[in-house]
Formats: sequence, C-alpha cells, structure tokens
Amino acid sequence: MAYDFPDARGHFGPYGGQFVAETLMEPLARLTEAYARLKNDPAFLAELDNDLRHYVGRPSPLYHAERLTAKWAKNGGGAQIWLKREDLNHTGAHKINNTVGQALLAKHLGKTRIIAETGAGQHGVATATIAARLGLKCVVYMGAEDVQRQSPNVYRMKLLGAEVIPVKSGTQTLKDALNEALRDWVTHVDDTFYIIGTVAGPHPYPMLVRDFNAVVGRELLTQCPERIGRLPDAMVACVGGGSNAIGMFYPFLPHPEVRLVGVEAGGHGIDTPDHAAPLSAGMPGVLHGNKTYIMANEDGQISNTHSISAGLDYPGVGPEHAWLKDSGRAQYVAVNDEPALAAFHELTRVEGIIPALESAHALAYAQQMATGLGPDHHIVVNLSGRGDKDIFTIAKREGIELL
Amino acid sequence: MSRIDETFSRLKGEGRQALIPYITAGDPHPDHSAGLMHALVAGGADIIELGMPFSDPMADGPIIQLACERALMAGTTLRRTLAMVAQFRRTNRNTPVVLMGYLNPIERFGLDAFAAAAEQAGVDGVLIVDLGLEEADSYLPVLTARGLAPIFLLSPTTPLARMARIAEHASGYLYYVSLKGVTGAANLDVAAVAAQVQALRGVTALPVAVGFGIRDPATAAAVAQIADGVVVGSALVNQIAELAEQPEALPARLTATLSALRNAMDAR
Repeated sequence: MAYDFPDARGHFGPYGGQFVAETLMEPLARLTEAYARLKNDPAFLAELDNDLRHYVGRPSPLYHAERLTAKWAKNGGGAQIWLKREDLNHTGAHKINNTVGQALLAKHLGKTRIIAETGAGQHGVATATIAARLGLKCVVYMGAEDVQRQSPNVYRMKLLGAEVIPVKSGTQTLKDALNEALRDWVTHVDDTFYIIGTVAGPHPYPMLVRDFNAVVGRELLTQCPERIGRLPDAMVACVGGGSNAIGMFYPFLPHPEVRLVGVEAGGHGIDTPDHAAPLSAGMPGVLHGNKTYIMANEDGQISNTHSISAGLDYPGVGPEHAWLKDSGRAQYVAVNDEPALAAFHELTRVEGIIPALESAHALAYAQQMATGLGPDHHIVVNLSGRGDKDIFTIAKREGIELL
Repeated sequence: MSRIDETFSRLKGEGRQALIPYITAGDPHPDHSAGLMHALVAGGADIIELGMPFSDPMADGPIIQLACERALMAGTTLRRTLAMVAQFRRTNRNTPVVLMGYLNPIERFGLDAFAAAAEQAGVDGVLIVDLGLEEADSYLPVLTARGLAPIFLLSPTTPLARMARIAEHASGYLYYVSLKGVTGAANLDVAAVAAQVQALRGVTALPVAVGFGIRDPATAAAVAQIADGVVVGSALVNQIAELAEQPEALPARLTATLSALRNAMDAR
C-alpha cells in the first residue's frame, strides 16, 4: 500500500491535525495553499536546490566509520557503522535544511519578519542565519533556562542580527518558547512568518519540515548503493521533535527491508520522571497544535522533561513519528544520558568527529545494535549535528571550567 | 430552552447586553472559586466563563498564564474545577457557566466522562480554545448530547464564509475575538469590531459576544453598543493576582469591578 500521509487536513492516522486558536486557522490555510503551489514550482525548487548546494554545502557525505566499527566489533558482532554527516552543513546541523526552505516560502509570501523558537539554539542560529542572508527581521524565542545553558548560541544569534527573547513562563524551556512564538504569531500574523524548527506544530508544519529535511534521505538513497553496494539494514536517528529522523526515514518508507529506529532521550531512565521520551513512555494527547504522543500528568498538564541534550528536551514528538510507531514501520527506543555521553566521547576520540549530544543518543543505540549483528550488516546513523555547542555542558559535567 | 438561550432572550427583552466575566478556576485557590463566582453574579454577571487551567495556555497573555500557574500550584485539576461548578450550582440555578480552556486536560479525562461530569455539575457550555471547527466533528455530538453548548471563537482573520460555517455548528453564542493577539492585549479598535460584528450578523442569528482587550467601563460600554455580550477576563484576573495573598478581600473587589462595568453598559 502506498504511503500517502498526511491527508488533506494534516492527519497521520489519528495524529497531527490543526489544534490552534481560531486566529491562526486562516494563516495556516494560506500557508498550506502556498506550499501546495510552490512545492511543484520549478523556479522555487531550483532556488531551493541552489541554496542547499551552494549555501548549505549539500550533499553531505556518507562516511564509513571504520575505526569505530572495528572498536565496537571487539565486543562481538560488529556491523559496519556509517555516518550521514549533517554536522558538516553550514551552521553545523540538519536544521538549516528546513530554515532555508521555510525562509524561501516566507519570501514568496511577502513576509518581512521571521520568528522562531529554539531549545539548544541550533534552530535559532539556522533561522538567524537565513534571515541575515535574506535581509529579514528575525526574533527568536528561547526559554530563559536554555539561554543560560546555551549562551554561545545566544551570542551567535545576536551577531547574526537576531533579537533573542528569553521566555520566563512555565518551565522556561523549549515548550514555553514554542508557546511564546505562537503568541507572537497570533499578534503579528499580517507581516510575520513563523519558522517552526521541528516536525511538530499544526498542519502544514509537520509536512513542510519533513519535506525540507527529506533531502537527507534522498541523498542516502543514492549514496548507499554507491558506497555500500545496497541499501543499509538499519538507519538510526535521534528523536526530540523528530525532524532529522523524519528527514532520514521518509524517503525510505517504501523500502521495508530497511529497519528504521528512532532514539528518544531516556534522561535518567524512562522508569523515572526525568526523561524526554514520549513515544517510549508517554501517551497520546494534544500539544502545540497537533495530536501526538506527549508527556503529561494524570490531569493532562504537560510534564517537565529532562535530557542532557537540550535539543531532545521536549515533551512532545512529531505526529508522523506517532503514526510510524503505531503502524510498526519504525521502532522507537530510549537511550539515557550516560550512554549518550559515552558515545560522544567515543566518536570524538576514535574518529575525530565531535558529535552533538543529540546525535550521540543515536550513536549509542547503533552501538548496541551493532554488537548483535555481523560485519556484513550496515547501519547508517544520522549524525544530525556537531558537538561544538555542547563542550560547555560536557566540561561543566566533568568539573572543568572553560574561559 | 437552555440557560444560555434564556439569558440572552431575557436580556434582549430588557434591551440590555450580557456581561460575561472570565476567571480561572482555582485562582488563587480552589476553595475560593465558588465564592468568587457568586461575587461576580452579585456585581451583575449574566454568564460566567470559568477557565480550566492548563500548563501551556498558548493563546493567553501573561496575566492568564500566571493565573493558570497559581491555580495549578494550588492543586486545581479538571475534576476539582467541575466540583467548583457543582458547588456554585447549589445556590445558583440561573446563571449559565461556560468552561473555557484547552483540549489536553479534557482528552486525558476522557471526552465522554468529561461531558457527563460537566452536565452533572451544571455546566452550560464549553469553549475549547485549541479545538477549531475542522477537528471538532467527533467532539460536538458528545457535548451537545449532554446539553453542553459548543462555544466557538471567531477572529479578525476568519473569512465570512468560514464564520457562517462555524455558526452552523455553534450554539449558545459566538465569541468574537476583538483583535489579533492574545488575551489581555490592549489595542481594541471599536469601529473595526463593529464592522465585523455587523457582517457576522448577516450570517447568523446567534448572539455575538466580544472579548479580548476590554479592560474598563468605557470600553465595555462602547462594545455593548455593537454586540450582545461583553467578555472581560484579564482585567479581573489582574485584580485576583493583586489580592492573591488577601483572598478574603477578593469577593468585594470583584463585585465592585463588575458593578462599574454593568453600570457603564446599562447607562445609555
């Protein structure tokens, strides 16, 4: 059966949809129409392709991590580990794929002001970057706690000309930044385009963000046969909201022989309250404009989450992942802070690649998988971002003072 | 005839408009809410909108966000909110109560169980901010079967054809959001609202209440000239915030504030 989601109203099975205040319904309808028109417009696609190639630096390499493969093989098994190097993109993560696409939409819609939410700051930096290039005013909402945790990215955004507004409501993290961005959008809906950074939010955002990130999976469909000689046995990606994972998975949905594994943040463990793994340990609900798996208490109030990685520290997840979980096409697992940290160090020391803490979660799970598989198996890990932004977090944890 | 319909029908006969205060349930504490609801009625409230607090109220400004935080900190749950309505109903059989909030707590409670419990508590209408017409198909029959009027928001961005579609599925009244923004914003343009409400009357016979940005008697009076109801929320919630540490002073303050709005609306 052909996979044809979302439907016209933005549903992925029972998930997705548009759960927002009335003021945003018409702007969302206009965005949906505009995207339907532009996504097949050769001029728009040529402009997007040009940006991805010459500004972002695509295609990103598919790298065979041979030393890591050999090291992990010593524990028995030893599947081949391949890394999709999204960390080599301009601004250091997959996030730019989406911001370049949405910013082009904003330009075509005649919007002059861009807003965004950000957790770790990668999406904020990617948005501020493209806003600078297009000469658009840019405002980024960021939880006050994240502003503290990620001060280098805050400064980068400011250098790029963006205004960074610390959000002091609620838990002062990503979910609250998203609330505040939605409030801004309701208030400035005439001139403002909201660039959502993940595959969450109301329709058409989960579809838009997926489509703009799907360049990752499309490249792999070409690169894997060239490098491996066939498609891989499994692909592994971390899942916070889930944009890097969906970008990798989506073009592979029609290839059932390729196992798709999403890795959520287990924090201190999914049997504790301190994690960010709604697919592994949450239940369906409604948050930020869509129906999906979320973390909430028995009264439906959204829970505080925890992950060492700010980019995974979110109580919801893209609705398409909810559907891929229920339908069984993808599996979702959780990796705790400690193994993610271990994988961070291992890749850094063995391959000379410093991964983002987010991506380190995927890597840690790939290691577990690899030990059960022989060397004729191939696993592709989405190395969704580079870890330069995380060195302060790591240093602090290890009791080292920088600067 | 439902309590909401009776209220608008009576007011129409008297040539008056509905004064519809909003407070957040459980703010500053669940034990005070039924008393505050009676105080609102004493000040001239015709319908009460009672907010169901939510951790992530994305359509609300800072005043109501903080009210939600106070209410949740004080232990408010959806079940306790329904108990507040039941308590209010013991001594007030006439004033309609509309619950206003976000979908997730209702989803977690269970829609069927919520609708049954709301009917039993004496709730008259439900306004779910993040449940627009497109997603409401499976919700509306459950609410209406329990005598709960689905109240919908309309906004300055809503095209007229869409307003007509929403009006077909709504009952009780329509809530016209006066401005592009969140609750508690301050740039209400009465002339623009008048034009929109006039257009809306061309597609529906339902009463139209106007809210967002109405904070003083003069604005309430101006809006009463053009609409069937005036919703006042953040201005009241702000007073609750000021007196959160002296809750014994709250009923008199709310009654006085409502009376001033009431007098201004009725004084023409």
